[in-house]
Amino acid sequence: MHTNLVVFYLLALAAVVGAAGVPMSKNIFWSAMGLLSALVGVGGLYVLLSADFLAVTQLLVYIGGVLVLIIFAVMLTSQIKEIEVSNQNVGLSSGAILFFVTGTLLSYVAIWAPWKVVLRPESHETSAAIGNGLLGTWLLPFEVASVVLLATLIGAIVVARKEIKED
Amino acid sequence: MEHLSLSHFLVVGGLLFCFGLMTVLTRRNAVAMLMGIELILNGANVNLVAFNHYVAGGLSGQIFALFVIVLAAAEAAVGLAIILAIYQMIRTIDTANIASLRQ
Amino acid sequence: MEHALQHLGPLAVTPVGYLWLIPFFPLLGAVINTTCGWWLQRKYGKRIIHTIAVASMVCSFAVGCVAFAKMLGLPGEERFLQNTLWTVLAAGPVQVDLAFALDPLGMMMVLVVTGIGTLIHIFSVGYMAEDPAYWRFFAYLNLFIFSMLLLVMGDNFVVMFFGWEGVGLCSYLLIAFWYADPAKAAAGMKAFVVNRIGDFGFILGLFLLFWGLGGAWQETPGGKLAYQPIAAGQQVRIIADRVAADGAIPIHEESVVEVGPTFNFRQLRDQVVVQTTGVAQRLLHQKLFGFSLLAIVGILLFVGAMGKSAQLPLYVWLPDAMAGPTPVSALIHAATMVTAGVYMVARLNFIFALSPTAMGWVALIGALTALLAASIGFFQYDIKKVLAYSTVSQLGFMFIGVGVGAYWAGAYHLLTHAFFKAALFLGSGSVILACHHEQDMRKMGGLGKYMPTTQKTYLWACIAIAGFPIAGGFYSKDEILWKAFSQPHMALLGMPAAWLGPLIYLIGIITATGTAFYMFRSYYMTFTGEYRDGQGHDDAHAHGHTPKESPLSITSVLVVLASGAVLASLIGLPAAWTNQPPILEHFLEPSLPATVHFAEHPRWMEWAFQIIGVSAGAIGWLFARFLYLDGKSPVPAQLLQRWKRGWTVVYNKYYVDEIYEATVVRGSLVLARILSWIDSRLVDGVVNLAGEVTRLFANLDGAIDKYIVDGAVNLVANSTIAAGRGLRRVQTGRIQTYLYGALAGALVVVLLNFLIR
Repeated sequence: MHTNLVVFYLLALAAVVGAAGVPMSKNIFWSAMGLLSALVGVGGLYVLLSADFLAVTQLLVYIGGVLVLIIFAVMLTSQIKEIEVSNQNVGLSSGAILFFVTGTLLSYVAIWAPWKVVLRPESHETSAAIGNGLLGTWLLPFEVASVVLLATLIGAIVVARKEIKED
Repeated sequence: MEHLSLSHFLVVGGLLFCFGLMTVLTRRNAVAMLMGIELILNGANVNLVAFNHYVAGGLSGQIFALFVIVLAAAEAAVGLAIILAIYQMIRTIDTANIASLRQ
Repeated sequence: MEHALQHLGPLAVTPVGYLWLIPFFPLLGAVINTTCGWWLQRKYGKRIIHTIAVASMVCSFAVGCVAFAKMLGLPGEERFLQNTLWTVLAAGPVQVDLAFALDPLGMMMVLVVTGIGTLIHIFSVGYMAEDPAYWRFFAYLNLFIFSMLLLVMGDNFVVMFFGWEGVGLCSYLLIAFWYADPAKAAAGMKAFVVNRIGDFGFILGLFLLFWGLGGAWQETPGGKLAYQPIAAGQQVRIIADRVAADGAIPIHEESVVEVGPTFNFRQLRDQVVVQTTGVAQRLLHQKLFGFSLLAIVGILLFVGAMGKSAQLPLYVWLPDAMAGPTPVSALIHAATMVTAGVYMVARLNFIFALSPTAMGWVALIGALTALLAASIGFFQYDIKKVLAYSTVSQLGFMFIGVGVGAYWAGAYHLLTHAFFKAALFLGSGSVILACHHEQDMRKMGGLGKYMPTTQKTYLWACIAIAGFPIAGGFYSKDEILWKAFSQPHMALLGMPAAWLGPLIYLIGIITATGTAFYMFRSYYMTFTGEYRDGQGHDDAHAHGHTPKESPLSITSVLVVLASGAVLASLIGLPAAWTNQPPILEHFLEPSLPATVHFAEHPRWMEWAFQIIGVSAGAIGWLFARFLYLDGKSPVPAQLLQRWKRGWTVVYNKYYVDEIYEATVVRGSLVLARILSWIDSRLVDGVVNLAGEVTRLFANLDGAIDKYIVDGAVNLVANSTIAAGRGLRRVQTGRIQTYLYGALAGALVVVLLNFLIR
């Protein structure tokens, strides 16, 4: 549909441009902003793909949680004043080569591979289905994930705590 | 302009992945590396959801992506905690200076 | 007169089992005294030493007498006693046995050696009584007798040569007995070295003879000599008709003579003497380098005799040998060792008789030696030196005898000489002992009244040597000179020289005159007049002692020897007197099969020559009496002043020793020095070079080991380290590097997969 395409390209642009800014910015703060843009774009793309719950989760968790954390870390650890020092790139040329190679490969595959596409025009809300799924079919991953989160929690506290104690 | 198809989304996902890879490989700042990892994960998520929408039915792709997000968050939390701890210790997060496993 | 045998067949051998005992007893005595002598002397005194030595001599003499008795019991042609012990060496044509043989000539020698040897042992008991090395002296004496007996009794050249060398060794040991004095030690060495030179000639002659028997030389067109051996193991059958002892029935005998090279005397004799073997003919016509083989062999063998029997030019050791104790001079240099040469020529009479050149050579050398030595003896003052030169001179006479072909006469003179020379030497020993080891005659004199026995025996011995008919020397000397005169068939350098015989006779007569002169000179100077007791020609102090007669052990021996000298005349009475061949000649006949043709002369010539001989001796005696009786005549001193220069030359032995020193001795030393230089530079240089090369190789090996082998090992280790160092760089500790690696790997795999598909 025409509108979908335009919207898609807008969102894709936001995502890709933002993603491009992450490795290429001299200032790490701008990298973080780029990441923000990329995440937002990806969230929008989720909507286009009928993953509404996922889109919202992306916005809430990724942007609201992870990105905020990252920005906290950026603020706490880098000496922003010395912009050059904080964002020195290493081996940009080999990275670029690698990027191009990989990118070309993936694009090539993406475009020319004969995907078996199933057309499903309708889109409906997924929250309830996801909720049922989490407690039904994918109960085990759900529980494991919760354990992981618990471990993460404890781990983060332990790591952070140690530092404070030694202070 | 053609129809919006799977390929579009795959290309976007691929580009995200590549940028994230490039970030990880070329940045010395540990936090930037983390950002790159996030980009990679997001690119993978896009692929997952795109495939879920266009190829496979059901919700498995989306659930997968959901779990990815959850785990990405957890990993980011721990990673950043570690980075902060390193920063407390040696006052730098330049990975070039954190090569104590170097032989 | 011809001394041809009626038949010349091979010798009949009588085996006797006890001949080996004759040399064994002295050997036993020598061994005992050598090994235990020092200890025995310390423990039991000198008595036991001389008892062992004299007893062994007596036993040996006794066995010799037993053999003699046995021999007398055999008919003439069978008087060949033989005793083989075992085979020492058997290799191809060479067969050497340890075997002893006694034919009449050997028997005579054995009796002389053991008999006079025993007497001299007894003499030494008294003479050497004060010497601490008593045991060594008697050990050496016994050893000498053993060697001499080997020489005389040897059945073949090898045993004889063993004895020949042995007596040379023993003469060295005994001459240099008081070796602490360097002059005496040098005298011993001189004797040994000069002997050795002679032995060299002897061996060459022996080898040539051996080869001559075994084949023939031919001149090839290229001027070289090719040797053609005869077939081995040839045998010639001899069939002879022999007249038996009882004369009636001829005995038909078959015997076999083996023809071929041999060292055995009997086989040699059989081959050469028995005409049907053709060996004599072959040897006669064999020429080597243009000279007759037999002449060369004879001359070379005689060179050995020259050394051993002190003939010109190898006589120089004998006067120096007087440095040894007097019994040694008596035994070795009067009676036994020096006669070995004469014995050897007599034993090989059949070889010498075939070669007129060899005969002439032997006779001429003998004559010249006799004359020269007598002349030196004229003016010597040391009594032992006088006797030494006298010995050389008399040996010359003996060689005249065997040279002209009068073999039995030479042997007879050997016998008589043994007696009177031993008596003279031992007499001088007695005198020396009485004058407290004074040997200069100018310091003696008037000893006749102190030592009557010694004086009488010395006088009789002088009479014997001067050649008066009442004692043995006359008969032997007369026979020799008569035969020399009658020998027309001698040759010099291959050319017949009929004049050589009479010339030698003339030399002999002059020498006889001289002999009488200097012997009586020594007698008068020593025993008549006043005892000068150290107041000699140029000595002013007196020793203040009176000499006295020597002990019985000495005087008894002197009496026995002097009597023997007189009685020896009996066995040699000439045929001109008794119309029978002399006893000794008849006895020795089987040993001397050589046919020598003498010129026939009328009987009256023989009588005339005998008278000439006696006159010559008388002239010499009278001169000596006139000049030296009682030492009162001033004439000797006046003559000396007048002919001072000539006297000096003769007194200094014609400077022969000095000439030898300047030429031969110096030459040998120079040669030795050159060879030593060669050895140290070249030979050692080569050896050192080999050592250096070895070292070089060793270094090379070490270098290879150090650099290449170790280098390889080190290379492996170092490359491992380098690889490690290089690979370590992968572990950068940086995440990016690891990621890069992982990604690159993954990409490669994908790409490959993609592209290959």
